[in-house]
Amino acid sequence: MTDTATTTDSRPRWLTTTGLRALFRERPIIPLIGLLAVLVVVSELIRPGIVNLNWGGVMVRAAVPLAILAGCQTMTMLTGGIDLSVGAVASMSGFVVATLVGGPGLATGILVALAVAAIVGLISGIGVGIFRVHPLIMTLGMSLVVLGFANVWQIQMVQTGSGVPDQFRDLGAGIFLGFVPRSLLLFLPLAILIILGLNRTGYGRLLYAIGDNPIASRLSGARSWQVLIVLYVISAVLAGVAGFLYSGLTNVASVTLADTAVLPSVAAAVIGGTSIMGGRGGYGGTMIGALILTVISSILSSLGYPEAVRQILFGALIIFVAAAYTRVTET
Amino acid sequence: MIRRHGWTLGLVGILLVLLVVTRIIQPTYGAAGVQGLAVSVLPLAFAAVAQAIAVIARGIDLSVGSMMALTSVISASLMEDRSEGFAVLVVIGVLLIGCVLGAVNGSLIVVTRVPDIVVTLAMLFVWAGCALLVLGTPGGGSAEWLRSLTGGSILNAWIPKAALLLLVIVAAIWIPIRRSRLGLSLYAIGSDPLAAYRSGVSVARTKIFAYTLTGLFSAFAGLTLTATTGIGTPVPGPYTLLSVAAVVLGGVSLAGGRGGVFGPIVAVVILSLLRTDMTFLNVNTNLATVAQGLILVGVVMVGSLLQLRKREP
Amino acid sequence: MTASTKEYLLEASDVSKRYGAVVALKSASLRVRPGEAHALMGANGAGKSTLVKVLTGAVRPDEGTITVRGRERMAHSPAEARRGGLVSVYQEPALIPDLDISSNLRLTETPLEPFRDWVHQLGLGKLDLSRMARDLPLATLRIIDLARALAIRPDVLMLDEITAALPANLTESVLEVVASERGGEGSIIFISHRMTEIASVCDRATVLREGVTVGVVDISADSADRIVELMLGEAVGEMPERTERPALASQGNEVPRLEVRSLGSSGRLRDVSFDVRAGEVVGLVALEGQGQDELFDILAGSEHASTGEVLVDGRPVSFRHPADAIRAGIVFVPADRAEALLMQRSVRENIALPFSAPISGWGPIRRSKEKPKVDKAIDTLQIDTRAQKEVRLLSGGNQQKVTIARWVAGGVQTMLCFDPTRGIDIRTKHQVYLLLRDLAEAGAAVLIYTSELSEIQLVCDRAIVIFGGEVVAEIDASEADEATLLRAAHNLRSDALLPEEIVAAVVAAEEEADGAGEEPAHPTPGEEPGDDRGSDETSDL
Repeated sequence: MTDTATTTDSRPRWLTTTGLRALFRERPIIPLIGLLAVLVVVSELIRPGIVNLNWGGVMVRAAVPLAILAGCQTMTMLTGGIDLSVGAVASMSGFVVATLVGGPGLATGILVALAVAAIVGLISGIGVGIFRVHPLIMTLGMSLVVLGFANVWQIQMVQTGSGVPDQFRDLGAGIFLGFVPRSLLLFLPLAILIILGLNRTGYGRLLYAIGDNPIASRLSGARSWQVLIVLYVISAVLAGVAGFLYSGLTNVASVTLADTAVLPSVAAAVIGGTSIMGGRGGYGGTMIGALILTVISSILSSLGYPEAVRQILFGALIIFVAAAYTRVTET
Repeated sequence: MIRRHGWTLGLVGILLVLLVVTRIIQPTYGAAGVQGLAVSVLPLAFAAVAQAIAVIARGIDLSVGSMMALTSVISASLMEDRSEGFAVLVVIGVLLIGCVLGAVNGSLIVVTRVPDIVVTLAMLFVWAGCALLVLGTPGGGSAEWLRSLTGGSILNAWIPKAALLLLVIVAAIWIPIRRSRLGLSLYAIGSDPLAAYRSGVSVARTKIFAYTLTGLFSAFAGLTLTATTGIGTPVPGPYTLLSVAAVVLGGVSLAGGRGGVFGPIVAVVILSLLRTDMTFLNVNTNLATVAQGLILVGVVMVGSLLQLRKREP
Repeated sequence: MTASTKEYLLEASDVSKRYGAVVALKSASLRVRPGEAHALMGANGAGKSTLVKVLTGAVRPDEGTITVRGRERMAHSPAEARRGGLVSVYQEPALIPDLDISSNLRLTETPLEPFRDWVHQLGLGKLDLSRMARDLPLATLRIIDLARALAIRPDVLMLDEITAALPANLTESVLEVVASERGGEGSIIFISHRMTEIASVCDRATVLREGVTVGVVDISADSADRIVELMLGEAVGEMPERTERPALASQGNEVPRLEVRSLGSSGRLRDVSFDVRAGEVVGLVALEGQGQDELFDILAGSEHASTGEVLVDGRPVSFRHPADAIRAGIVFVPADRAEALLMQRSVRENIALPFSAPISGWGPIRRSKEKPKVDKAIDTLQIDTRAQKEVRLLSGGNQQKVTIARWVAGGVQTMLCFDPTRGIDIRTKHQVYLLLRDLAEAGAAVLIYTSELSEIQLVCDRAIVIFGGEVVAEIDASEADEATLLRAAHNLRSDALLPEEIVAAVVAAEEEADGAGEEPAHPTPGEEPGDDRGSDETSDL
């Protein structure tokens, strides 16, 4: 009883409302790029002359760490979960490196930070995958644990000189060729890995499958606990890497550095078209989403609007975009 | 009856044990300590009640902390340098505002059909932003009577006013609702929205009502924040996340339809008392945070495990 | 042909509804007279449930009008429909699991006294209202739901497969109540696929086929054939005769592919033993709830057995997860497509899923290796991939094919199918039958459970009948006609009366005794309460 959809309309297919809806649903990245373009134009209108390659570089540089955290959210949201511990983990990892770089050295610092991150992810993954704790609660609890741990570490480590290592500052804030952020050198391979991982590997397929239908996945032989444990470890390690960039970008090592980035990371994923219910989404949209949020922040601050207005607009934007996606993806 | 309230009773048991333990650790812990405890948990307790109602209706409200902040700064800035009588109006007004905030949350959820988490996540930003617009930095003031309402004890040195206030308010509002058809509808949409719909319940209206109550109790939380600290703070603080934790520990199922509001209140007290005990034991405050997180994680894991076991025959 | 609107209590005309590519209803109509019991019939997927949902306001139609007592009433919610006098009782009871019964009654503002009376009349004696709905068995909840509906004296009462999964005694009471309500003020719309039930209690029947009302029939002694004709529509080609295959029975010394010995679970499965050999299709027959669900879940690796063992190719196996079963070559096609399919993913994704499931499959996808297998599966099952962006947009039949294709792609050794043709159109059914036979011919061992008894002779080599968690009969396909299977499924002696025949006798006797105040004769006790599937002469298509 299938029906072929035929358009007897003479207008080009994509221009009709059904066409636009289909566009939204199947290639959400196109309207997103459109939105980004609009925002760039708005930026130019507000401060004529501001938009140039340098400006673009600054925007990208600021968006990169957010995009990495949003990648964590994208992957966990695909399985119907979420990772609210990314802020604490990112802060912790930047902090740990800053305290260790003076003594044991940069390499040790990085290893320790990522190892701790991996352990945190492991615990989260065990909680979610084996004990079936709701990911919101599990990662929430772990964020408190990480925060506490980082504070304890702070007290232990206060003697050895600490500071954000030059390499991080170069990586996080550095620019080359006049406008290209150094962090892209780290981010682009990572992004390609994530995208390929999601689309071209069996593991990525399983993420989508588990989010779409855990029962069907199980009946097809997928052991979800394995997938989830690995997932939350990956997410935490990525958050750790993002933490390096954050501390490099701001030249600050603090245990609460990235806390305010958690909710925007979720927002970026949602705007990018990843469904919080699972089974639908992708990283391409998320990256654009992170850029969009960054440009909006920049617009608001150049308009002289207080932080408050930025927050209100962020919120309104999330709802608007999410509502549009819901409308469009329902039959 | 025992089964229905088993979890809450268990928590009360743990609380009593903890009180005894506290007394052992710190022999001087007495009425003053209990009073301090009551005052300090007041805002979070109201926040936990607010969250519990949303979760029972199969929702969740991540904007509780922001609504608290908003109502706190509104009340603080309006009450500053004004008469005591005016403060009464402010309190009433702020409570109404809380209802409106909650109703907005609920309406958005219903109208846009976007999941509760996402909508309330977004509204967290919106309400927090509004709070900042009202008061850029902590400030304002609080009426004397309000402050005295929450501090000190009544009747008996051992009965803190704060505790009485909390219990009276929650009982006066929640218990009649719980018993009414509206309350049944709340539990119904949380337990099985489809069956509720087929039973003739207006799922949309009930949901909005649930979130309105959440807003109301968030307003109470914000008011008590102003009352106990004497000022209004626009920064949300960790209340949202802690309220969710308290709800889970309090025996309310995240799946909806089960649990009550008193369990979370007891859970809040327990968490706070644990914190106090660790201070008495001279445990580093950050280790205490770690412990708090681990306890939360552990309890939830065990709770989930028990739920899993129960499902298998 | 129009009649004055006063003649009908409820009139639905030109109702249409589509879901994406699927047309659920196309100009369907239903006209119910006051005081009659009106049957709504049609094959699975013909649109009965959708029409009911439209009437009760759960679903908004694309087009159509509904009038009740002459006034136009399009309900937009069950609450509204209820106020308009239309109440529906669904297969899944609309009771809130976490509330006790009395709270549930308060929720729907059900008057208590009438409710209690009805509960009594429906055969449920003592009902403790303080029990939580989630603790009560399904049959009890159904009766409560029905009593609740009756208690408010609705104008139109819709009963959607009310007797499915009800034990015989409760079925009896329900049918008695339905029969006695006739001639009153209100009407009853009775949805069922059981001809004998409909014959015994209904006045007229509206038949739907593929979303369209194809006829309205006055129920009489021989209306059954006419109804079947309407339901089936144009004659679909006969299934090709089964070619004789080399007798498998002679291969006694060969180890069976799958062997089950004294298998039991903590549920309704007690002690089941049988085997399935490579190259044969074995059909499992049972009334609802006799343990077949647990049996399949155990074999598929989803559940643990508490007693007994399972052997694959002679080796005992113990599955802790479906992945273990899959590794042992056992694949499972569940009845519920919603359980088996990733609705938001494409056909290819769904088919290729098992390839990625084990850790060895987590790496990069080898398109060159995968594509041919997936293509071949799509081909073999003739899946219509036009709407292949998301599987949820496919028709029921195509969806079912995808669930099977998933395993065909990887090669089938042992296949378990639970009700594989539930709710799909007849053309697809035949394709599935042929496929199962082909798989067996290619060397697979196939075990299917079916609730459509006519399938046994079409597809299977032999039938195994389960009752009360135990195997009660093993019947060769040549002797497995519907009547024999049905009797075996009820665990009856071959000459015993079926429960429905008993009920029909009771109703007939009551009608005879009408007015004379005589006690109608009661059926002889002793029949086991099992679900009766109906001795439909019509196959349940």
